Amino acid sequence: MRFIVCIKQVPDTTNVKIDKRTGRLMREGIPSIINPEDKNALEAALRLKEEFSGEVIVISMGPPQADEALREAIAMGADRAILLTDRAFAGADTMATAYSLGSAIKKIGKYSLVLCGRQAIDGDTAQVGPQLAEFLSIPQITYVSDLNIEENKVVAIQELEDKRVKWEANLPALLTVISEANKPRYPSAYGIISAYREKEVETWEKKDLDVDEKRIGLDGSPTSVKRIFSPEPKGKGEIIKEEPKKSAEILFNRLRAKNIL
Amino acid sequence: MAIYINRELCTGCELCVEICPFNGVKLDDEGIAVLLDACNECGACVDECPVEAISIEVIKEGVFDIGQYSGVWTFAEQRDGKLTRVARQLVGKARQLADVLGVRVESILLGHNIAELTQELIHCGADNVYLINNPLLENYQTDLYTKAIYDLTMEKKPEIFIFGATHMGRDLAPRLAQRIKTGLTADCTELTIDETERHLLQTRPAFGGNIMATITCKNHRPQMATVRPGVFREPEKDLSREGNVINIKPNVLESDILSHLVQFLKLEKKLVKLEEAEVIVSGGRGLKGPENFTLIQELADLLGGEVGASRATVDAGWISKDHQVGQTGKTVSPKLYIACGISGAIQHRAGMQTSEIIVAINKDPDAPIFKIADFGIVGDLFKVVPELISILKTKKAEEMVV
Repeated sequence: MRFIVCIKQVPDTTNVKIDKRTGRLMREGIPSIINPEDKNALEAALRLKEEFSGEVIVISMGPPQADEALREAIAMGADRAILLTDRAFAGADTMATAYSLGSAIKKIGKYSLVLCGRQAIDGDTAQVGPQLAEFLSIPQITYVSDLNIEENKVVAIQELEDKRVKWEANLPALLTVISEANKPRYPSAYGIISAYREKEVETWEKKDLDVDEKRIGLDGSPTSVKRIFSPEPKGKGEIIKEEPKKSAEILFNRLRAKNIL
Repeated sequence: MAIYINRELCTGCELCVEICPFNGVKLDDEGIAVLLDACNECGACVDECPVEAISIEVIKEGVFDIGQYSGVWTFAEQRDGKLTRVARQLVGKARQLADVLGVRVESILLGHNIAELTQELIHCGADNVYLINNPLLENYQTDLYTKAIYDLTMEKKPEIFIFGATHMGRDLAPRLAQRIKTGLTADCTELTIDETERHLLQTRPAFGGNIMATITCKNHRPQMATVRPGVFREPEKDLSREGNVINIKPNVLESDILSHLVQFLKLEKKLVKLEEAEVIVSGGRGLKGPENFTLIQELADLLGGEVGASRATVDAGWISKDHQVGQTGKTVSPKLYIACGISGAIQHRAGMQTSEIIVAINKDPDAPIFKIADFGIVGDLFKVVPELISILKTKKAEEMVV
């Protein structure tokens, strides 16, 4: 069986700091990582491969430096890694991204499952997975915490806000995986050697894919960014620095005055 | 490449370098801005440049005849025969947008035997409700909901279509947008109309709330967006309001189903409904250990609220993940949010900064949480919280007597 995992290289936003003076994002020296839930998707694929044998292919669209994320995926155990990189892909919104990734997946050929992380921590949209499933005309199961393959079908548990739902779909299918699904493994020593000495990341450019120029990159994106700005700071609040009892009383009275209590 | 820098005009002021979210531009040896591979062509620098040295060229196919599209639609999400709060919040926002545009608000309601919900949508501000009633639609199913709504959208052509960013909304809206081949913006915190162009301005946080981006979908219709629950206020219901219910017979068949629902599973524990709570009391690392969440629970119980938690306490295993507020947890917007012993890293603030009133209790006067707090108590939570509990108990007892 062939398992395809879509990963994204993202800035580690948990380490992002704000410049106190300008209120702007400080991007210097922020490490790039594999998007956390994409690692859960990769781990799920690696476990399926261990059980059913086959091949795990990781695919990413991004600038040339995303090569690093794909090598990390090889070190974790992926058999093949493909980087879609071309200036023509830049500026893609989620629809153009799904189209480009989907075109690459069609080029790979037959597959059993496409696995994605639920959402990326830089954009938090959770859109590429379902959009990719629609483009490939395959079933989707989102918010997956557990999955298995039984008789050429995927069976998965979906976590909703107030329910857990068991779904079943014919292969091939696309699943988006949440962090509760598993604990991603660390790269093995052998894996790291293999990632940097033995295996290569394949690079695919626009000319390598059968794509319509009008559907990729900025031109293929119905949405565009009009403006980017720093969030407005909230007006100054009141600081209460009294003895505990007094502080609690002041707070109670303030909340009462605002009809909150 | 669609971004151009005019070297003659560039003054090397570096404003573009500062605004760029992707580290995609720098000054070259001559002190002139140049684009790097990391440039994502987002266009942020175009507006920022004070001398108009940067321009963006967008070539789009004019496939949509925008003038044909009219009206603001909301997806009326129901679960087990009840409308979700966000379904009502969406109608309230849609009403504001539609009034600016001078068009109708129409809600799309799918399910089985749910006709009574149509009046609730009308009372919230809908002019028309499209009721798609079918036994196959009783429970949400991606393929059938997508098909039924797709058919109706292509027939009626709304200009705006908004969804709650619930798990259901985030499963459905992208699949639908891809089928229609239109744009979709996730998790908007603000929706307004550009009155000259009649475009929907969709503002959303990115990079964990560190920056805000306003997104437009100029040449495609409908302009689709999801909105996180709790971001918009629920409208006051007007019980005298009248509207039309339009019954739609969907063209859905059992054979359209790709993902099959096998069964609903029992949840092992009581659900934490943070997104629906009006009061949330949250604990952070300042609690020092899992046992002290009982203090937070007691305060939350007295206020009729839920218990939230910072990521640090969840990672430490003090409390389960469903309590986590923040970027990787839940986004909440209660009337009252009390943060106890939470320093307020941006990831946490991203998940609660739209709360109506924020109270912070922390020993460290420099904790970032105080910057967004309406009321900040600098003090030991182990002393302040018990005092607050005692006041609340006393007042409660007094009011019972009255």
